[in-house]
Amino acid sequence: MSAEASAGETLAFKLGGPAGRATAARLRKRAAGERRWAKATLWAGIAIVVVIAFVCFAGPLLGFADPNQQNLTQALRPPSLEHPFGTDTLGRDILTRVVYGGRIDLTFAVVMTLIPFVLGALVGAIAGYRGGWLDTVVNRLVDTVVAFPFIVLILAIVTITGPGLEGAYIGVFAVGWALYARMTRGEMLVEREREYIFAARTLGYSTPRIVFRHALPNVIRASIVFSMADIVLNILLLSSLSYLGLGATPPSPEWGALVAEGKDVLLTAWWVATLPGLVIVLVGIGFSLIGDGIADRFGRDFSLTGGE
Amino acid sequence: MSAAAAGAGELLSVRGLTIGFPAAGGLLLAADRIDFDVGAGRTVGLVGESGCGKSVTLRSLLGLVPYPGDVLAGEIRWRGEDLLSASAQRQAALRGTEISMIFQDPTACLNPVFTVGNQMVETLRRRAGLGKRAARERAVELLDRVGLPSPEKRLAAYPHELSGGMRQRVMIALSIATRPRLLLADEPTTALDVTTQEQILALLKELQAEEGMAIVLVSHDLGVISETCDEVVVMYAGRMLEAGFDREVMRAPRHPYTRGLIEAMPSLEVSDEKPPVPIPGQPPNLAALPPGCPFQPRCEFARAECEQIPVVLDAALAEHGSACPFVGAPV
Amino acid sequence: MSAGAPLLEVSGLRKRFAEKRSIADGVRRRPPAVLTALDHVDVTVRPGETLGVVGESGSGKSTLARCILRLHEPDGGSVRFDGRDVLGASAGELRELRREMQMVYQDPYSSLNPRLRIGSAVAEPALVHGIVERGEEVEYAAELLERVGIRRESMRRFPHEFSGGQRQRIAIARSLAVRPKLLIADEALSALDVSIQAQLLGLLEEIRRDFGLTIVFIAHQLAVISRLADRVAIMYLGKIVETGATADVFANPRHPYTRALLEAHPRIDGTRVRKPAVRTDSPSPYAIPSGCRFHPRCPLAEERCAREEPAATPVDPVGGGHYSACHVLAPAAAEGARARDASAGAA
Repeated sequence: MSAEASAGETLAFKLGGPAGRATAARLRKRAAGERRWAKATLWAGIAIVVVIAFVCFAGPLLGFADPNQQNLTQALRPPSLEHPFGTDTLGRDILTRVVYGGRIDLTFAVVMTLIPFVLGALVGAIAGYRGGWLDTVVNRLVDTVVAFPFIVLILAIVTITGPGLEGAYIGVFAVGWALYARMTRGEMLVEREREYIFAARTLGYSTPRIVFRHALPNVIRASIVFSMADIVLNILLLSSLSYLGLGATPPSPEWGALVAEGKDVLLTAWWVATLPGLVIVLVGIGFSLIGDGIADRFGRDFSLTGGE
Repeated sequence: MSAAAAGAGELLSVRGLTIGFPAAGGLLLAADRIDFDVGAGRTVGLVGESGCGKSVTLRSLLGLVPYPGDVLAGEIRWRGEDLLSASAQRQAALRGTEISMIFQDPTACLNPVFTVGNQMVETLRRRAGLGKRAARERAVELLDRVGLPSPEKRLAAYPHELSGGMRQRVMIALSIATRPRLLLADEPTTALDVTTQEQILALLKELQAEEGMAIVLVSHDLGVISETCDEVVVMYAGRMLEAGFDREVMRAPRHPYTRGLIEAMPSLEVSDEKPPVPIPGQPPNLAALPPGCPFQPRCEFARAECEQIPVVLDAALAEHGSACPFVGAPV
Repeated sequence: MSAGAPLLEVSGLRKRFAEKRSIADGVRRRPPAVLTALDHVDVTVRPGETLGVVGESGSGKSTLARCILRLHEPDGGSVRFDGRDVLGASAGELRELRREMQMVYQDPYSSLNPRLRIGSAVAEPALVHGIVERGEEVEYAAELLERVGIRRESMRRFPHEFSGGQRQRIAIARSLAVRPKLLIADEALSALDVSIQAQLLGLLEEIRRDFGLTIVFIAHQLAVISRLADRVAIMYLGKIVETGATADVFANPRHPYTRALLEAHPRIDGTRVRKPAVRTDSPSPYAIPSGCRFHPRCPLAEERCAREEPAATPVDPVGGGHYSACHVLAPAAAEGARARDASAGAA
């Protein structure tokens, strides 16, 4: 009875019979299937986001002309080959407006996620590691900021700055960093008790080196996953503000404003509000899938194969 | 030839148990054709280092193989009844009543938000069908039996308020509450101090003598196994390499791995006469086992023929079987 | 073992941890529970010596290691390394001192930065402390890794690709990178399989020789340090209860707790007397018993043991450095006769 070379063949021989082989095959397929699914969702998300971003930012090169060009004879036309998303009350091509609006939304979302992320994570990491009065001060600050109903804060700011995007930028900046600070601080409290951090201290590394080179990369993961959701939230926030008339001013083609423009003709010309709305949803799904995929990757990174 | 045909009169009989986990490109066999029997009142030890499959084998006896693994083949007979083909309800009914299990980390098994008394009373009421008052009295009795001082007071304590040894005693009390015929113990003393370990092992033996309970004990500590078990099964990379009566296996080990384990044990000898001799090499990688005997890469007696041998015991446990035909011929 | 000035001198070290109280506790005026980790601990280690520190959970042995390195700030006492004061050192001086004292930790799964390749992890300390020039560190790290038994080809791998035993080897290489004089192994082998433990014990003996190290080896089992340690200190609930040359202490244990540890150790030759050596479980370090802290569990406890804490008293052979703190087995000189009777009876 000699053993075969490959694990698969040996297994079939050992288990003998269709029942054993079927079980083995079933287990293999199940595991492989899970991995494929996880990969597929991540790439789907990336694909969605990349395609939409590309179209939006390369708009003019792709033949999308002026989003504000009116053509009153073509007002409120349903989707067609000429106007894939139809036209609005002023005859403007909605697809072109969506493309140009995408620049506004995507820029806002990415920038207003990235900056609070970086700042908040830094503050949180340092506060979490040092503890003491710094930590207490940061904590109180974070608590205060987070305690404010966000919309009220934005409204207050916008009232001061007047309509336009500036209010939204300032508002999100003022509040956004706090969440990242809190998350990073929490992770840091746990991480700084880990043995490799003790080792770094006994090896005589300076505190900045320990915090930034050793602890931070391990602590930042939760924040990275959250930032994907944050991007989506920021798009929705801006859209909501514009819908309420507080964000982008007309004739800006920001997506929320587009939806607002269509609400009066929702029953007669559904495409004016609905199609831009669907684009918002699609982008949201894209980023969410990326977030899921990243979370999955992080979770699977250091798993050990097999069991005891 | 593997162990004798399905044990007549044995409480638990395991034959050809094979447990697999899916992995990149194939299957990992965490347990590969494991055979052993457990008789009433006997203690069987599964000993081996990390990754040898002893814990997963133990858990499979109660249907607790962790996802995504599964039992691929074999037979588990409990008093003649085939457990693997039994319904999920039947398996659940057996758990905690006729077959109980205690684990290495009692913190993980005791719910931190419920008091000890709460958890014990709940078990007694659901599993032993006792009324509330009767359950409470029995709980105090059990805690006293396992050596917990001031048992009435302990009922109101939360798990984190007790020391490791006390928590382990509570877990033992919970597990014997239904007077099981078989106790499965997965490294029950590994996390405990040596002095506490001694007491817990003594307690288990006392309980066994009183109730006629059988025990399957899993440990990586040869000393613990040796002092507690009647029969021993030595596992490596999911295979059984040696099995026999405890005294014989420890006194005259037949397999090179068992010998290596014994020689590597630190002893209390200060002199340089017999220093611990390490087993060279790394723990086995289940995804890359050599054909034939899995111990080859680390065995000082390895030779070309080792790739060809079937890795099965050459004698029944009662005759002290070993999977190595080249070293340590049967007496 | 060389004579001469000790490399490490710890005197009267004290450390307590107070639990954080909630506001509700403050209102109820509940006193904060205090965990006594170290209670006047004295330890001396000579250059080239290996000291084994053995104790069970709650004994304070890990806290001792961390206080020596000042990872925790002790509440009192002193630590002198190579004649220099550790506890009073400034940040810069501490950094220098830390270069000479290194520690290997217990958990191989968290003692290496999971995101750092092992080559970088081993090279970084040497670069930070200027032991090698930039450009030389790769070779330096490779040599160190080979010295501990890790092939240089695996330098670019991450910790999770290695087994527990290999990770500990990497951790040892990392501590050697700064060329320390003292190496503290804080239960460094406890999480490893027996066969791997034996490998690493051998490795530690080799590098002790080759690098001229002084080692403090902390363990919870006596058997592990029996061969490696020249001297041993037994800790119980924050105090050292017995200390001496390993051979002396093992052959002639003069504290009931030491005896219990020796007797409780499972043996495979079936020669052990199976009666549990101590009653009851270890008390909590939040509630240290009065008098001799071992008295509630001690088979030899007398009335005096509950009242008075015994002082460390020298034990024969004279000058051998064997001390024990026990009223019964190591009484002050005047009661020598009674001690001899007691130990003869108990042996």
